[in-house]
Amino acid sequence: MIIAEQKPLEEIKALIADAKDVLVVGCGTCVTVCFAGGEKEAGILASSLRMSTKLDGSPKAVEHITVQRQCEWEYIDPIGDRIADADMVLSIGCGIGVQALVERFPDAVVVPGLNTSFLGLPTEQGVWEERCAACGECILGLTGGICPIARCAKQLLNGPCGGSQNGVCEIDPDTPCAWQLIYDKLKSQNRLHLLEEIQAPKNWSRSRDGGPRKITRQDLRLAAEETE
Amino acid sequence: MTKTSSNGYKSGSRLERLLRAGEFVVTGELGPPQGADGDTIRKKAALLKGVVDAANITDNQTAIVRMSSIGAGTIVVQEGVEPIIQMTCRDRNRLAIQSDLLGAYALGMRNVLCLTGDHQSFGNHPTAKNVHDLDSVQLIQMVVKMRDEGQFECGDEMEEVEPRFFVGAAANPFADPFEYRPLRLAKKVAAGVDFIQTQLIYNIKRFDEYMQKVRELGLHEKVYILAGLGPLKSPGMARYMRDQVPGLDVPDIYVDRMTEAAKGIDKAEKKARSQAWREEGMQITIEQIKQMREIEGVAGVHVMAIEWEEAVKPIVEGAGLLPRPEPAA
Repeated sequence: MIIAEQKPLEEIKALIADAKDVLVVGCGTCVTVCFAGGEKEAGILASSLRMSTKLDGSPKAVEHITVQRQCEWEYIDPIGDRIADADMVLSIGCGIGVQALVERFPDAVVVPGLNTSFLGLPTEQGVWEERCAACGECILGLTGGICPIARCAKQLLNGPCGGSQNGVCEIDPDTPCAWQLIYDKLKSQNRLHLLEEIQAPKNWSRSRDGGPRKITRQDLRLAAEETE
Repeated sequence: MTKTSSNGYKSGSRLERLLRAGEFVVTGELGPPQGADGDTIRKKAALLKGVVDAANITDNQTAIVRMSSIGAGTIVVQEGVEPIIQMTCRDRNRLAIQSDLLGAYALGMRNVLCLTGDHQSFGNHPTAKNVHDLDSVQLIQMVVKMRDEGQFECGDEMEEVEPRFFVGAAANPFADPFEYRPLRLAKKVAAGVDFIQTQLIYNIKRFDEYMQKVRELGLHEKVYILAGLGPLKSPGMARYMRDQVPGLDVPDIYVDRMTEAAKGIDKAEKKARSQAWREEGMQITIEQIKQMREIEGVAGVHVMAIEWEEAVKPIVEGAGLLPRPEPAA
């Protein structure tokens, strides 16, 4: 899922400085699960902003609402009136949620309340770790199901660099070396031969480097037209 | 079809010719300055001329901005020292690397060392974006393809002249996973690398174990392996490298020897103590070079006297490796 964390309150206050009526829009999906932008966080943020702006001597009206999924039209269309009433929208969805509101409600001024961090999972209560870089060409089948694009600091494809020591990455003692994990996994499965083959330069055009990505499924599009 | 040069050498570099002739080679290291003063390079080159067979010109080493390796290498060529251009995957994508190598070749450079590159978080621009379009194994393949096939990475034929580099890479025998390291070397050999320079080695016994495995894989017959050595400057440096630097294995004996070296010299005599330490550090390196010569499959040494280029000559001389041989044409 998408992992995000809330921006510092001072930064959020600077973003909404010109507004009087602010609508905080939370999202009930990924950012709820990572405790960054769900209903609870939307409520807390709205009251924090009300209190803080009051203490600053320029109180703002800050309301909040949370939709099930901020990245799909059908979930955000019903809040169109609430958005129209506000003179600024503070989205605490991920970056996709922010932009969905921008696209769907062209007149609204939308600012982000979160920093969208990465694609990952909670490895224990209160800890989230990156697992996927959405590179567009999955190589997990070659690496024992451990991604060196997302988890190696240098995105290496042909084994560990010289900075792998005692299982951790040289850049941070709390970061496991992805290639040590890959080596251990393949060794335990008697599949170390997978590491002998040289992996060719990656086709980064399927990643962000190829420009904004888009997937069109003609089968689904046609089906949609037929049912209309 | 593989292109070969008319003289049978891959690049014809001094380093290649000496290795092919079976000479025990000596390479050194020349770190470019954090400024644009060419005289710094000239002074360092003068210290290495006639002392090493080729000198590595580092490429933004430890991710700290310095004069470019190719820029500095051009001056080094002019000064009569053969450079080994270090090229990292951190700062350049495949387009930039290839175009820089074309320029480097045109400027007279004949050796290139293919590196992944230290992570930018260690350097003076930790908020920079890194590239890593290629990794070091893919970089080796690309440079070999440019030389042997006359093709760019994409497969396009290049115009005359193709850059004919003697292609090197690094190996860290003591990094983890330890048992994977010889296989990692095998991968670089399969990619077509011609020579290897290892990271700093102090634990010769453990390096010998690594070389045992390398010989079992027959790699020592496919690639020239230069063992990386570096003189210690002080007991503090020895302890720091033993305790703090990942991937370095410094046996206690060397830390003790460095400490002993200044014994009996009054602590106020700072200069004399430093001199005693440095002499012991150079002596240790001289002994290590002699030990390395006994290890089958070690084709030479890479002496890294970082910001201490003055030490290289007495070390090479002490090891009985001067004068350096002249290669056959």
